[in-house]
Amino acid sequence: MTTPARKPAPNGDPATHRDALVARAQAIFDDLNFGEARRWKEAEPGRKVVGYLPIYVPRELIHAANALPLGIVGGGDAIEVIHGDAYYQSYICRIPRSTIELGVSGRLDFVDGMLFPSICDVIRNLSGMWKIMFPHVYSRYFDVPQNYEDAVGGNYYIAELAELREDLERVTGTKITDEALNNSIAVYNENRRLVRDLYALRAKVPWKAPAPEIFLILRAGLVLPVEEHSEMLRGYIAAAEAAEDRSLRDNSRVVLSGMFCEQPPLNLIKSLELAGCYVVDDDLLLVTRWLIDDVPTDGDPLANLAAAFLHHSESTSSKYEPDQAEKGKYLIAAVKRSGADGVIFAAPSFCDPALLERPMLQNVLRDADIPFIAFKYAENSGQMQPIREQAGTFSDAIKLWSGA
Amino acid sequence: MTQPTARPSPAKPPIAEAEKDASMLKQKAMMAAHYDRLADAPETGAKVCSTFVPGNLNELVMCFDLINNLPEVNAIQSGLRRKSGAYVLEAEKQGHSDDVCTYVKSDIGMMAKGNIGPNGRKMPDPDVLLLSYTGCFTFLKWFELLREQYKCPTIMLHTPYQGDGKITPNMVQYMVRQLKESVIPKLEEVSGVKFDIDRLREYLKKSAEAEDDLVAVLKSARHKPSPIDAYFGGIYYIGPIFGAFRGTDDAIQYYQFLRSEVEERIAKGEGPVTPEGPMQDQRYRLVVEGPPNYTSFRQFWKMFYDEGAVVVASSYSKVGGTYDFGFRHDPDRPLETLAEYCLGVYTNRSLPMRVDMLCDYIEEYEADGLLINSIKSCNSFSAGQLLIMREVERRTGKPAAFIETDLVDPRYFSPANVKNRLESYFQMVEQKRSGTRRKEVAA
Repeated sequence: MTTPARKPAPNGDPATHRDALVARAQAIFDDLNFGEARRWKEAEPGRKVVGYLPIYVPRELIHAANALPLGIVGGGDAIEVIHGDAYYQSYICRIPRSTIELGVSGRLDFVDGMLFPSICDVIRNLSGMWKIMFPHVYSRYFDVPQNYEDAVGGNYYIAELAELREDLERVTGTKITDEALNNSIAVYNENRRLVRDLYALRAKVPWKAPAPEIFLILRAGLVLPVEEHSEMLRGYIAAAEAAEDRSLRDNSRVVLSGMFCEQPPLNLIKSLELAGCYVVDDDLLLVTRWLIDDVPTDGDPLANLAAAFLHHSESTSSKYEPDQAEKGKYLIAAVKRSGADGVIFAAPSFCDPALLERPMLQNVLRDADIPFIAFKYAENSGQMQPIREQAGTFSDAIKLWSGA
Repeated sequence: MTQPTARPSPAKPPIAEAEKDASMLKQKAMMAAHYDRLADAPETGAKVCSTFVPGNLNELVMCFDLINNLPEVNAIQSGLRRKSGAYVLEAEKQGHSDDVCTYVKSDIGMMAKGNIGPNGRKMPDPDVLLLSYTGCFTFLKWFELLREQYKCPTIMLHTPYQGDGKITPNMVQYMVRQLKESVIPKLEEVSGVKFDIDRLREYLKKSAEAEDDLVAVLKSARHKPSPIDAYFGGIYYIGPIFGAFRGTDDAIQYYQFLRSEVEERIAKGEGPVTPEGPMQDQRYRLVVEGPPNYTSFRQFWKMFYDEGAVVVASSYSKVGGTYDFGFRHDPDRPLETLAEYCLGVYTNRSLPMRVDMLCDYIEEYEADGLLINSIKSCNSFSAGQLLIMREVERRTGKPAAFIETDLVDPRYFSPANVKNRLESYFQMVEQKRSGTRRKEVAA
């Protein structure tokens, strides 16, 4: 896949280069018309774009069909929802409303297909709404197994992937060969390695790689071709690490949990850091690191993707945990891995997966003596003062009492 | 300051005893016996399996001599007895969000307050949780929450969703593999009973027999006047077959009895029995989408009764199986049929399939329109219902309306609001009728 050469030129000053990359990511984030993706599609005749919602789809399949995977995570706080509210009652979260708004307002009129992953009943039902509202766009509910045995859930998933592969071949008019798919797996392995490096860098020196910047750099990966995004990641990691213009503050270190679907406003993430919390791990934009190890790049690619999903993928509320002893351990692992002092549960209002999971995760944290707080948000939350006060008090409490 | 003179409040007329037909009384006795069996379990040594209504594998559960306990039905019973409000608050006090399903919170609150069942006796702890994950995401978390409390084995049976409006061989094979390699071996382990496929076939045969009679009852609403109410009354009609009786002789007898009762009403030209009395004056025939409210069930039903509105078909009465579209449990394909049963339940059907069903119902039952009762608790039903409403209106030309309540949280049942909306809706139906008549005269 070729990519347009629209990258900021590196110069000798890492801080300037870092800031240029962040500015570019911010511009992509702000563009609710997905201009980057539109330009990519227009650059060559016959190119196709396939959208996907949180949490996870195997983007390798789309890439191997020479199409652009486009991550759609709602409209954020910048979009005015005019039509979307007419489709939902007041007690449904906001991401489906703003996603419908994106569709109805023509902002997704260049998208050739839409994938709705298995995350909750709202996104599941949105898949059917899309079929009714946009009958000429290919759309599919992408189911994943909740049984993690190779011979059971694995075989089911391989067959589902095969069906998706056929669908994508039809939508794009491109045969997806095993060779092309293995190449795409390699490209995404590299991207995921870089995302893991980015998270490791932030955990090590969070003042050099603040959470709002990490979020923007990751968000750019939902729109840019993966190769270009990997280049952005490489550039940001090197520049952020080398830059000496930021200094360590007396902040506490927190893990964010519950933000895996509807994304918080950027201001919310900024507010947490301003309130004295370095975010050192989170579950934002999980698709960028869902598979936690490299997927083999030889052999049967569908079987390899299935095995990676079953045995080497992130844990989150939308997945069943078969072993009670393991319930919530992923959050403790994130706290330990990132050297965090506590956890902030931040869930979108009316989010079934996050809010039903939360009491169980809180019990696990209580048993492990890890402090936490909780609040709710919507992607268009505007009032940050209460959140800033809550996070600030939490941070102070951690600093005052953590040694007691 | 002078105290205001206390004035006696006007005496409220006593609430009349709810009228019930004979099949309702029969079912009440069946349910009471079932709850006693559950309460007796610690003494009798019987083991208890908790599971869900959609994807309820009662025939399989019975193969292991397990007693079927359905937390959703317990929450409904708590709602009908007006206990669920306190249970929901108790769960919220424990840290459960006010945004999530009130069935779950009623169940958890009931546990916290001693787990007393509708018969006033303590419910037994389950020996196994059969997490039949069918058509509702909340189920998955609900049983993880219960597993944390009860610390008992939990068995996952994942039903893939019919996103593309069809059941594929891959879906059926996946479910059969889960049954063979996970569900059945674990149920054997918990119960100590060896699985006998012929025993399963026998139960499935009985299921199909009762299902035939249930479908005859549901289809009877094509008559005018309708001898049944397929929503409020429908809750009673589906009770045994969606619950712990499918596959039993009790269910066969109940549905034979119910069918003959309904046929008798057809012969006499009678309407259904409602708590306020028989419903003869049927001015409106409705299709209803969505579950009912249980905390004010009788008051809710009365609002329909007062307006002469009878429900001739409902989607809620298909959450435990879509038998009226032809599905029957098939003893010749015992495991496949269990898979197909789970795959076919209403909440496991895509939104376009749901629209098709509702449009078909309006046509088949000659309904005046569609009413949606949107439930705050239930995203599986509720997300997308406003589009369903528009689509059904567009395709059938019949008026549709939308009301909002909750399953078992009394805070979300606003009688004045619901009544106003219903009255407005019936005016719409009248206007539509008079418009049609005018066109006919003009033609």
